[in-house]
Amino acid sequence: MTMTGQPIGTSIATPARPSRGATIAGLAQRHGALVVLVLLLVYGAFAFDTFLTFYNLGNLAVQASFLAVVALGMTLVIVSGGIDLSVGSVYALSGVLAAYASQWGLIPGLLLPIAVSALIGLAQGVLIGRFGMAPFIVTLGGLLFARGLLQFLTDEGAKTYLMPADSPLRWLGSGRVLGIGVPVIIVVVLFAVGGLVLQRTQYGMRLFALGGGEESAGLMGVPATRTKIITYVLSGTGAGLAGVLAAAQVGSGVTVVGVGLELNAIAAVVIGGTALTGGRGGVAGTLAGVALLYVIQDLITQTSSVNPNMQTVVSGAVLIVVVVVQTILSRVRR
Amino acid sequence: VTAITWRGNNLLALTRDYGVYAALVVLIVVNLAITPNFLAADNLRTQAVQVVPVLVVALGMALVIGTEGIDLSVGSVMAISAAILPLYLGYGAGLSILLCLLAGAAAGLLSGALVAVVGVQPIVATLALLVGGRGLALVISDGQLKDIRNVTILDLGDGAVAGIPYTVLVALVLVVLVALLVNKTTFGRQLVAVGGNRRAAEFAALPVKRVLLGVYVLSGVLAAIAGILGTARLTASDPSKLGELIELSAITAVVVGGTPLSGGRIRVLGTVGGACLMQLITATLIKNDVPVSVSQMVQAAIIVLAVLLQRRAAR
Repeated sequence: MTMTGQPIGTSIATPARPSRGATIAGLAQRHGALVVLVLLLVYGAFAFDTFLTFYNLGNLAVQASFLAVVALGMTLVIVSGGIDLSVGSVYALSGVLAAYASQWGLIPGLLLPIAVSALIGLAQGVLIGRFGMAPFIVTLGGLLFARGLLQFLTDEGAKTYLMPADSPLRWLGSGRVLGIGVPVIIVVVLFAVGGLVLQRTQYGMRLFALGGGEESAGLMGVPATRTKIITYVLSGTGAGLAGVLAAAQVGSGVTVVGVGLELNAIAAVVIGGTALTGGRGGVAGTLAGVALLYVIQDLITQTSSVNPNMQTVVSGAVLIVVVVVQTILSRVRR
Repeated sequence: VTAITWRGNNLLALTRDYGVYAALVVLIVVNLAITPNFLAADNLRTQAVQVVPVLVVALGMALVIGTEGIDLSVGSVMAISAAILPLYLGYGAGLSILLCLLAGAAAGLLSGALVAVVGVQPIVATLALLVGGRGLALVISDGQLKDIRNVTILDLGDGAVAGIPYTVLVALVLVVLVALLVNKTTFGRQLVAVGGNRRAAEFAALPVKRVLLGVYVLSGVLAAIAGILGTARLTASDPSKLGELIELSAITAVVVGGTPLSGGRIRVLGTVGGACLMQLITATLIKNDVPVSVSQMVQAAIIVLAVLLQRRAAR
């Protein structure tokens, strides 16, 4: 299939001749997270001496990078009109596998967890794409399965695999280049690639078309089955890579991590302006969404007078405000 | 050829509708054969008591799923209910329970308003409450585990009538009420109509928004009840752990029980069967020294299989 002229994704995102109000609403919807993020950064800079420092933001970026990698894959899935609940479990499983396989060296430590994660994504993609099953249920099964497998491999969570202290894999998690954490650099590269894939490749266009409407996408000749399978493989792989990076940072495969990670990833994607109904969104917003969640967390930690439990309350409230505003804005645009 | 296909579909539909009961019977027979003391009253009582929170939450979930929605917030609502329960016990158990139920209703009203009035997708609306609700519960309780000393609540947790624990009785009453609501009331009919085809329901001038609001409020109240029952049984309020991931078990029970995620159909008894089946599977595997991890993977396979069956039957 050849595509000429305007890419489908863009044509769905911006109607041919939008009114001015609609344009502003569209801008706000797509870049709302970024605006709030900048405002919070400015507020933080004035309110706390220790906030806008290279040290603090650098650490924050490393902490946020694992969620960012997971959320990147989630963005693709959600743009296609699906959802992937398995990422938190896959993330944890992959970290354990990385720690386990790192005893044989760098390559097995990277390949084993990522291959297993991709395989789980493949199985889910086949059930969703080929058998037409609901993504929610299939990936709920994936969530349970991956967590079960993880518990099985770790003797019901009793065994912790450590990475050898001299394992080169550790550098991936805790190394720095020019003072910037390696995971952060990986995130930047992955998001650049992800943005290009989504906006400039045939696969990306098919993804938007699929999310916009599966039937019409099929009529346009989009191979729905294949596109979906690829998407869930990518999401699984992303979760796997994030798990490897996290395990590399702490130097061991922690069995209890990743519970609820899928929800944070979904929240970041939605806050970033990607519509859960599919067919609309982008990776830049997701990155802003992830950053927003972590900046809120940091600002609340810095404000010592506030109960730290308020952090999730604020995150939930932000999510509500964002989706309400987005829903209203998307009505204005119509 | 048509006749054969039709019979094939019929068989699939039968499996979808009654498969959960068949699986339950098979599992019970297997247990009679291999699990020592399976029929002992103690064991049966333990199984029944353990399934109560999931079952109560699943009843609300079945209603929500019937409207083509989903409620991820139930575990956090349980936690909020658990956090509120000990606060006003000095004024009596009745008032405390009432406040818990009100909190559950308020949480449901929030999700319901987001879904019905604003038009936010159910999964996002309730996700926000899942994230924020647990934090709110911890703020209310200051993250502390509090022992419950109120006699009424403690009695609710471990008392029994004719050998049947109070918590199980409460669950049974709720099952009957929800079944009546779905099958015998106007609200029940409207609910199924909204789930089957929302636009058609709107054109038919059904009060779609009110139905959706009502459904999420009911789910919130049922989750609050589950929170009270769970706290009574624990004899302590534990907002940081109570109800964690229960939304997944509840969704599983509903789906395995034959209620399709696509809405328009609610099987209350099937949901009871689904909850009992999942409980019994876990118990059977654990009692026979199969590790929890394997039972989790078996559960995953059952969920996927059940839905695959539903898809086939729907065709």
